[in-house]
Amino acid sequence: MAIVVKRPKLKWWEQLYLPGIIKGLGITLRHFFKSVGGSGSVTMQYPEEKWNDHLPEHYRGAPALVTDEQDRERCVSCQLCEFICPPRAITIIPEEIPSDDQWAKVEKRPKKFEIDMIRCIYCGLCEEVCPEQAIYLRKDYSITGLTRGEMVHDKEKLYEIGGKRVGLVNKWNELK
Amino acid sequence: MSDEGKPAVEMVDIQIDGKWHKVPKGTRMIEACRQAGVEVPHYCYHPKLTSPGNCRMCLVEMGMPARPRPGEDPPQPDEDGHLPISWMPRPVIACANTVAPNMGIRTESDLTHACRQGVMELLLINHPLDCPICDQAGECSLQEFSVEHGNGGSRFREQKVKKPKNVDIGPRIRLDDERCIMCSRCIRFTDEIADDPVLGFTDRGSHTTLTVHPGQQLANNYSLNTVDICPVGALTSNDFRFQMRVWFLKETESLCTSCGRGCNVTIGSREDKVFRMTPRENNDVNSAWMCDQGRLNFHYLASDLRLTDPLIRVDGKHEAATWAEAIRVSSEALGRCQPNEIALIASGRMTNEELFMARRLASVMKTEFVDIVPRNGEADDYLVAADKNPNTTGAKLILGIDEPGKALEEIRKGIAQGRIKALVVLQENLIDDAGFTAEELGKLDFVLHTYPLANPTADAADVVLPGAAFSEKRGSMINVTGRLQRLNRATDGPGQTLETWEIVRDLIQALGGGNGIYLVEDVFKQLAAEVSEFEGLSLSKIGSLGIPLVETGETVPLLAREQERIAKGIIVG
Amino acid sequence: MDWTFLVISVVKIIGLVFLTILPMVAYSVWAERRVSAAIQDRVGPNRVGFAGLLQPMADGLKFILKEDLTPGHVRKFYYWLAPALTMVPALLTCAVLPFGSRMFGEKMVIADLDVGPLFVFAIASLSVYGIVLAGWASNSKYPFFGGVRSTSQMISYEISLGLSIVPLLMIFGTLNLGEIVQYQAKNGWTLLPLWGEGLSLQGMLLAIPMLISFVIFTTSVFAETNRLPFDLPECETELVAGYHTEYSSMKFALFFLGEYAAMIIGSGLAVTLFLGGWSLPFGWLAPDSTTAEVPWWHGLIHIGVFFAKVIAFILFFIWVRWSLPRFRYDQLMRLGWVFFFEIAVANVVLTAVIMMFFK
Repeated sequence: MAIVVKRPKLKWWEQLYLPGIIKGLGITLRHFFKSVGGSGSVTMQYPEEKWNDHLPEHYRGAPALVTDEQDRERCVSCQLCEFICPPRAITIIPEEIPSDDQWAKVEKRPKKFEIDMIRCIYCGLCEEVCPEQAIYLRKDYSITGLTRGEMVHDKEKLYEIGGKRVGLVNKWNELK
Repeated sequence: MSDEGKPAVEMVDIQIDGKWHKVPKGTRMIEACRQAGVEVPHYCYHPKLTSPGNCRMCLVEMGMPARPRPGEDPPQPDEDGHLPISWMPRPVIACANTVAPNMGIRTESDLTHACRQGVMELLLINHPLDCPICDQAGECSLQEFSVEHGNGGSRFREQKVKKPKNVDIGPRIRLDDERCIMCSRCIRFTDEIADDPVLGFTDRGSHTTLTVHPGQQLANNYSLNTVDICPVGALTSNDFRFQMRVWFLKETESLCTSCGRGCNVTIGSREDKVFRMTPRENNDVNSAWMCDQGRLNFHYLASDLRLTDPLIRVDGKHEAATWAEAIRVSSEALGRCQPNEIALIASGRMTNEELFMARRLASVMKTEFVDIVPRNGEADDYLVAADKNPNTTGAKLILGIDEPGKALEEIRKGIAQGRIKALVVLQENLIDDAGFTAEELGKLDFVLHTYPLANPTADAADVVLPGAAFSEKRGSMINVTGRLQRLNRATDGPGQTLETWEIVRDLIQALGGGNGIYLVEDVFKQLAAEVSEFEGLSLSKIGSLGIPLVETGETVPLLAREQERIAKGIIVG
Repeated sequence: MDWTFLVISVVKIIGLVFLTILPMVAYSVWAERRVSAAIQDRVGPNRVGFAGLLQPMADGLKFILKEDLTPGHVRKFYYWLAPALTMVPALLTCAVLPFGSRMFGEKMVIADLDVGPLFVFAIASLSVYGIVLAGWASNSKYPFFGGVRSTSQMISYEISLGLSIVPLLMIFGTLNLGEIVQYQAKNGWTLLPLWGEGLSLQGMLLAIPMLISFVIFTTSVFAETNRLPFDLPECETELVAGYHTEYSSMKFALFFLGEYAAMIIGSGLAVTLFLGGWSLPFGWLAPDSTTAEVPWWHGLIHIGVFFAKVIAFILFFIWVRWSLPRFRYDQLMRLGWVFFFEIAVANVVLTAVIMMFFK
């Protein structure tokens, strides 16, 4: 059953549309003068003005890896982010932590952790899915490069962007 | 296993979740439920092993017809002949109890749910939260049942019991005792199947620890099967450890090609790299097991020695060429030879389809010198066969060889005398595996060689073609017991690798033989038309478990013992 | 034909077309972008030069440097012809526009024809060929739709466009645009009859049909130039880009510039017919007749006045474009045939009645 849309009954002067047109022109004219007067425009002059200081707490910028208070890399390369990543931007090659390492009890870490920022869609699912609180979307948003290779963030770059993050759950550090 | 000749089994009526089913008398309740399409969660139960009933996960409600009180009338059956069931107040384990006439089983009652929830809670009390680094994650029964039957949170407030982690219990196995849920499957496997009882539990209560006998190692050739049957991540394979999460693996049903047994396997691969092979249950070949040696024999697939391009020798050096060029050079060289100036050495590692194409090639080249390289070794008392070629039976059938290796001597003699001027070597390394020498091969006018890896024979060959390895091709093989089974393609070969049947087809075409073959199915169709044993068959008719094709008189020691245990009722099988 | 006439004509053509109209086209694009930005609370192009004033140069350079792609499936000859057929008629029509009174004894009009409006309509209607050919030669569905829509739209609105100025011609009694402006300078603009003859009862009454004519004329000019709210031939939401979908580089630029040129010419015509052309209000600095001598600085002021009016009208064009939504196609046709056509005819009768009974 089709839905019948009840149209409003217009008065004769409304049917001329001229009052409506003039009203509309009035609105645009008001905006025009407001902008020309310098108070209307909300545009941000991009390269000079940036969002940096105005970004909200929940902003989703470039994903990055973080270390904890004791400089342990939080990522244990469980590859859940690689799995969940909708554009398949993440590539991880895991490795076993050698037994003489300080964090040998964690057993596993990423040998290679790469995020292809050309593919990344900043959805934040990697952060959402991470069971180790190791990957976060930071506020870096203008990721640029001259080659495709530059746009692939390797482990080093990811830790550089991510930095240290304190106050998270540290289940590994308490192990014997 | 066919049921012919066996005495008719008495069937009994049982009720599962309110519906009546007929199952053979003596069936375990858990198996009866499975036949009725109801999975009862379990950890310790494994149909190939004895049932100690120690995990308590398979608790179900059970009931029988009530016995009348003295003086009471016996209960009357309903119109279908079923008696009313009176349910027992306590649950029973489904894995170790057998069905009885008019028995009732409830797998989805409040009581069973509560039982499962309780068992899960107790199992998880001391289980570490290291799923992110656990290789079992993704195929872990504990994870699965925790989601299905467990509690969201934990009520445990005390310290978890600490146990040894990352324990080296054998050359191929790592043990994490904190993850162990004491199902004892591995202990039973090593004791009952592998006859190497080195594992056991020590300590009591929540301190129970799986350990290897002091001074011993879990090192037998079947040890990695314990990793497969471990329902959690307590036992992990050193080889597969931390290589790839299982949910990324593409699973392809195929065969192990390391010996003539042809164990059914599942190849786990991702992006053209094979990460592991696990046994696939086939009660006529390998039960549910396979040997470590065969299981780990896939690393050469990703070796640096893999050939990726056709090579043609120009002035003593091999240079990469296109397929068209390599085939043209080969066909010109082979076309110059007279009948019986060419010898063809195929391989028992080739599929039936490839062998059939080799047979075609031999007839196009008009040569009688055709053989394969025999490969014999030690058999063990379980699965490993003495014949290390996976498809000797097929080669005998298709190439018409009675005794593999017999013609090789004649070929060598022919080469020495200069009667044989060219040699076509398909998927065999003559110098390392058949005792040929580089000087011998040097005497020939032309040597064509296909092989997956660089090898001394390739060094001596004029044209070297990259042939696909076992995980890179489709086809069929016949194992030592005469069973026709199917290989499936799990990965693409590196570079320009082609399957041997494709290479030979192109060569036949260049030599002037017609073909009309585009797919491996076409090859099999022609094979079925020309070789009487294959009549009426096609690749798809082989199915995932294979079909018996010829009688060879060989038996599988492990299967014989399994039959015995089934007959005694020790295991379900 | 003497040499003086030729030289003077060439000077006038270069002065008007190449030094005035074409830069105006470029800057009306800039104005369009800046004004639309202001209306929408944005900034608009402000990077190239002061306040983005060099943006048209940058755009032009970009158009020239862009790859000139001719798709394989087009009909080449007509495909190449179409952009020229859009641009040329638009520029041709400015030949009869009187853009000033007189300077140094010369009439400030390239061709002082006695059939001014007819010439304009005749030439302007040719520009439909550009669009139709573009749509057809592109050999592609959206351009085809655009071409078809454009044809019917332009033909429909040409009728009301022509009929809307019949009342004017009845009043002025001439088809010479220079004389029309001269008349308005002496006797009040068509829409502002507040001096000279315009103050008579007839003059005041005639303002009513003139206002109706102006509304119909302006709307029809909007439709003729394919501008919003009548840009159905190229509406992005339905037809990708309409008839010029398959065009790139300078060929696309020609369509683009053609539209703006048509807009400027349309504005010039509207100014000439309804807003007194080059004349100042209340007869200030108005020469006595079309042949009377005027001081050169009067002539200069008249040229300035004309272009000031034209620019104001262009701004009105832009303002309307960014205020009104696009018509649906059936509404467009209904408006043209059912309303404007009838009203224009009635308007002719009304004017005739007023002229007859209120002498």
